[in-house]
Amino acid sequence: MTVNARTEGLDAEVVVARPEHRLDVTLSAEPGDVVAVVGPNGSGKTTLLRAVAGLQPLSSGRISCGGRVWDDTVAGVRLSVQERRVGMVLQDILLFPHLTATDNVAFGPRSRGRTRADARRDATAWLDRLGVTDLAERRPHQLSGGQAQRVAVARALATDPLVLLLDEPLAALDVGAAMALRLELARHLAEYGGITLLVTHDAIDALTIANRVVVLDEGRIVQHGTPAEVSALPRTAHAARLVGLNVLHGQSRGSLVELVGGTELVTTTPYDGPVHVTFPPAAVALSREAGSGSARNQWRGRVGSVAPHGTVVRVHLDAAGGLIADVTAESAGRLGVAPGQEVWASVKATEVTVHAAGPVDRPARIT
Amino acid sequence: MTTDSSPALGRAPLRLLVPAAVAIGLLVVPVVGLVLRTPWRELPELLVEPALRQALWISVLTATAAMLLCAVLGLPLAWVLARTTFRGRGLVRGLVAVPLVMPPVVAGVALLAAFGRTGVVGGPLRDLFGVTVPFTTVAVVLAHTFVALPFFVLSVEGALRAGNPDYDSVAATLGASRWMTFRRVTLPLVLPGIGAGMLLSWARAMGEFGATITFAGNYPGTTQTMPLLIYSRLQSDPDAAYALGLVLLVFSLIVLAVLRDRWLREAPA
Repeated sequence: MTVNARTEGLDAEVVVARPEHRLDVTLSAEPGDVVAVVGPNGSGKTTLLRAVAGLQPLSSGRISCGGRVWDDTVAGVRLSVQERRVGMVLQDILLFPHLTATDNVAFGPRSRGRTRADARRDATAWLDRLGVTDLAERRPHQLSGGQAQRVAVARALATDPLVLLLDEPLAALDVGAAMALRLELARHLAEYGGITLLVTHDAIDALTIANRVVVLDEGRIVQHGTPAEVSALPRTAHAARLVGLNVLHGQSRGSLVELVGGTELVTTTPYDGPVHVTFPPAAVALSREAGSGSARNQWRGRVGSVAPHGTVVRVHLDAAGGLIADVTAESAGRLGVAPGQEVWASVKATEVTVHAAGPVDRPARIT
Repeated sequence: MTTDSSPALGRAPLRLLVPAAVAIGLLVVPVVGLVLRTPWRELPELLVEPALRQALWISVLTATAAMLLCAVLGLPLAWVLARTTFRGRGLVRGLVAVPLVMPPVVAGVALLAAFGRTGVVGGPLRDLFGVTVPFTTVAVVLAHTFVALPFFVLSVEGALRAGNPDYDSVAATLGASRWMTFRRVTLPLVLPGIGAGMLLSWARAMGEFGATITFAGNYPGTTQTMPLLIYSRLQSDPDAAYALGLVLLVFSLIVLAVLRDRWLREAPA
């Protein structure tokens, strides 16, 4: 397994040259990886997904997965979509409208040669795992967006794909439904064991579901790393806007969150249970002394690095398990922040956003 | 007529309203004329006339056969046009539309040229199998199919294109072959479009005159359809022609009633 690890996973060199866009990406992923693909519109995220699925021909490149070559423009190999063992979930959901939830999920196993009875049994088991057993005989138009997307995920997973391709699966859902499904998705992807490529616009998806983040811009990978690495040092303005967030994990009781690592944080969003809390780096204020101002969350920490970041100075602290603070050059100078120095960091409770993390907490694997 | 729904824009100008009213008159007056001119008192006896029953039977039979032929041949053609790319696809779509703009009589002449005794296809057919097509009921079906097929193909192709092609993509990722996707996903999704296309082609075949009389002739019992019978009667017995015309009008109105959701649906305000 260790020797063959690279061939068991996904290795993709994808070049798609089109008049208006060019995609040129090299990407590897191991079974169990959840790779968030982020980037501005037109950066090639969806094209990359479609290329892996075989829906988009490569101009040049090579894709292999599970020890098998899927695409090789030099050797002239091009496996059909059906032969690739991918699962696809799109923003538009696209459940077959004339089939019940069960028949939608059974469609894959049936297409791959299972008997009608076996396929239905598989489908029922998958609907059960996704918690939508009671919707089995409903048709798509009788399902809410969140329910339909659960069925779509079940349909994609029911064929036991090597690679699961999720193209903005939560984008069409309202906030509540998206939040609930995000939790479940994180859990199912952890159990799934295959490779997931998740195209998303939402930082919280990238930071809480994925263990790796790939940032695309104009058809190229401009950054690649763990969610923590990318959020700490985003290399493009888009990535900064998208993932330039402090993300902390903890247990919320009322409006008090006990953070992993022992410190506490006050929010204005009462909630009971495991949570991710996020706040932008610009919301973190630094001072020499413990302040007595309106900020209710204060931590003492040591400065790790100081670097200019656009028009501000980005400061990394070891407080609260790792914080990013963006301060103006002027206040950085006044404070004289330098690596190794001890400072106080404070965040107003109103700046903190709380995301429920669900019963099975699986924070992004931060290394 | 409804009142102007956006009064802030001002009154609808007369120079548009007047031609619109003339257009309505042009469309409605002949129909009213037919209804008024129909000899209602003699209608029952005219309608039980054997010639009418025969022509109606041939019309319904040949139009239905043409409709089924359109579906069997036209659905695959519509799929090929909507779902595949090949060189010359634009040309093929153009060829499909030719019968729409071709004068029906020319269609009949063209069919004769192809399937007549000395035609490209008709000659070998006669020499090898002793089969002659023109002036038979089969010729009626062929003429009907020729003129009705474009209605079916273009209507179903439109329905296929209106659907999200990513359904096919999803089905492929699930392992379905193209045939299976067609059968289990595409076909059920365009069923309403197929129904409308079939009805359209049937209606077109029911009204077909020029190609039929040229290619199949006007023989009672074998090729005389309702429109041909009406044409013949207009010269000998106009009252009967009006009565028969009314019968066909009723058929047309039934088609319109079935298709009303497609044609009469108001555009959203």
